[in-house]
Amino acid sequence: MSVISRSEVEHLARLARIDMSDEELDRMAGQLGAVLDAVAQVSSAVTEDVPATSHPVPLVNVTRPDVVRPGLSAADALAGAPASEDGRFRVPQILEEDA
Amino acid sequence: MSAVEETVGYDEAVAQFDPVLGLEVHVELSTATKMFSGAPTEFGAEPNTQVDPVSLGLPGALPVLNAKALESAIRIGLALNCSIASYCRFARKNYFYPDMPKNFQTSQYDEPIAYDGFLDVEVPASEDGTKPAFTYRVDIERAHMEEDTGKSLHVGGSTGRIHGAEYSLVDYNRAGIPLIEIVTRPLTGAGDRVPDVARAYVATLRDLLRALDVSDVKMEQGSLRCDVNLSLRPSPDAPLGTRSETKNVNSLRSVERAVRYEVGRHAAVLRSGAKVVQETRHWHEDTGLTTSGREKSDAEDYRYFPEPDLVPIQPDPAWVESLRATLPEPPAERRRRLTTDWGFSEPEMRDVLNAGALDLVEATVAAGASPATARKWWMGELARRANVEGTELAALPVTPAQVAELQRLVDAGTLTDRLAREALEGVLAGEGSPTEVVASRNLAMVSDDSALTAAVEAVLAANPDVVAKIRGGKPQAAGALIGQVMKEMRGKADAARVRELVLERVGS
Repeated sequence: MSVISRSEVEHLARLARIDMSDEELDRMAGQLGAVLDAVAQVSSAVTEDVPATSHPVPLVNVTRPDVVRPGLSAADALAGAPASEDGRFRVPQILEEDA
Repeated sequence: MSAVEETVGYDEAVAQFDPVLGLEVHVELSTATKMFSGAPTEFGAEPNTQVDPVSLGLPGALPVLNAKALESAIRIGLALNCSIASYCRFARKNYFYPDMPKNFQTSQYDEPIAYDGFLDVEVPASEDGTKPAFTYRVDIERAHMEEDTGKSLHVGGSTGRIHGAEYSLVDYNRAGIPLIEIVTRPLTGAGDRVPDVARAYVATLRDLLRALDVSDVKMEQGSLRCDVNLSLRPSPDAPLGTRSETKNVNSLRSVERAVRYEVGRHAAVLRSGAKVVQETRHWHEDTGLTTSGREKSDAEDYRYFPEPDLVPIQPDPAWVESLRATLPEPPAERRRRLTTDWGFSEPEMRDVLNAGALDLVEATVAAGASPATARKWWMGELARRANVEGTELAALPVTPAQVAELQRLVDAGTLTDRLAREALEGVLAGEGSPTEVVASRNLAMVSDDSALTAAVEAVLAANPDVVAKIRGGKPQAAGALIGQVMKEMRGKADAARVRELVLERVGS
């Protein structure tokens, strides 16, 4: 049984800026549903005395001192970019959005 | 650019509707490194030179929290009278926009580090004096930690605007700089003073953050940024209306203007029978208008979830209490105390504050100058110099101790005011301390009577006609002689003493 509706998939696709056809939405709803069903099995192990876990490692307060460490040069930073200009990453135009 | 929208005059709008304000302030912390990595945070560096794998969201890069940023966040929370979370986590705010290369911003969601506080704000009387000063308590909902985003430059289309841009260029130097977002609860009851409350809150918050020494709070450089939420309702007992969120209102005056404008715009929408759209709006400094941005997404659209790469924070209560002990005297209390101690009038104190001279005057007084002379130097000659050079008072190459030293030389009779200004000139030019400049430029006053007497006698001998006039009953003619003596002495004489000597000699 699918636990994710087609309209939810459509909403997620829009948020992720992925253009999906009707056919793809139907197929993806089924596939994501199967994934969610599998994950949902975890719910059967839920008991009242075990809080939800976000971090498997029992550590808190891991910090570093506020000391500069050498990073990357602009050239190194841009080396993996598909396009760059004037020392900046060049990215495609952004529509219907604002900073 | 959309057409200019209808607005209702401000007075009319607040007579008919009850405004409700909300303010979100983003503060960039002045840490040396970013929130989650050791990349530097210097303002104005060349693009993409202050980055590392964490700032760029490169695969496998792991964030680690900056201890100083956490400490600053807690101190800000305490100064805002907040409770500090005994346990909290970071969350991922997911969105697709290239200002964050990892497709999410690391923030805090339902577990902010600080919550449920307040800040008492002194709202000044209106300039025309018709509306009195009052204190308004701003309820703080939360203060949470997050990271700043990169800066995008839109190329092509018209004047760098996003619409019609052909592509964008992104600089990630700012990405990852520690931010604290301070969110108020809906602020009610301000009535027609709502723009003044908004401005006074941001000003008070700025002063507080400066006193905490956690940020350089330069609104013009974006280290303090303000979003203004505003809604109207028919009456104070009606439910809250739909709000607009005006982004990036980045000066105190703009905060006030943006609130006024939105009050008038909302009123026009509501009067026409239409509904206010919940949306973000852009503030335009030049026209004083806001324009529609995008419709506000629901919080769910960001699909927040706990950040798995950062472990939870569980501040030791003893540590939190030790940080509470480091809090500075609240700025409003400090101002009141100093105004009384120094015997300044309210306008005098306001000028000092507006010039950013409070710390400088205080340090000058601590170095031995009287409050009145300390104020005179910083608000007079030094303010003029700062203005000419387009810099801030604190950036001038003179220390409060040197200003106090200069005044001591005046008080001791070594310098006249004019000579002191010349000595100051030398100090600002890097020629050393006031005492050194007085020596090297030979500025000290001549207090030796024999040298003065010689000069007086020489001038009298050269002007027998003037001397005759004085003897003939015109003592005011002595002015010309005194002027000549002063010139002879190159200004380094006490004019009152010269006058005495001239009259003494003429009379004898």
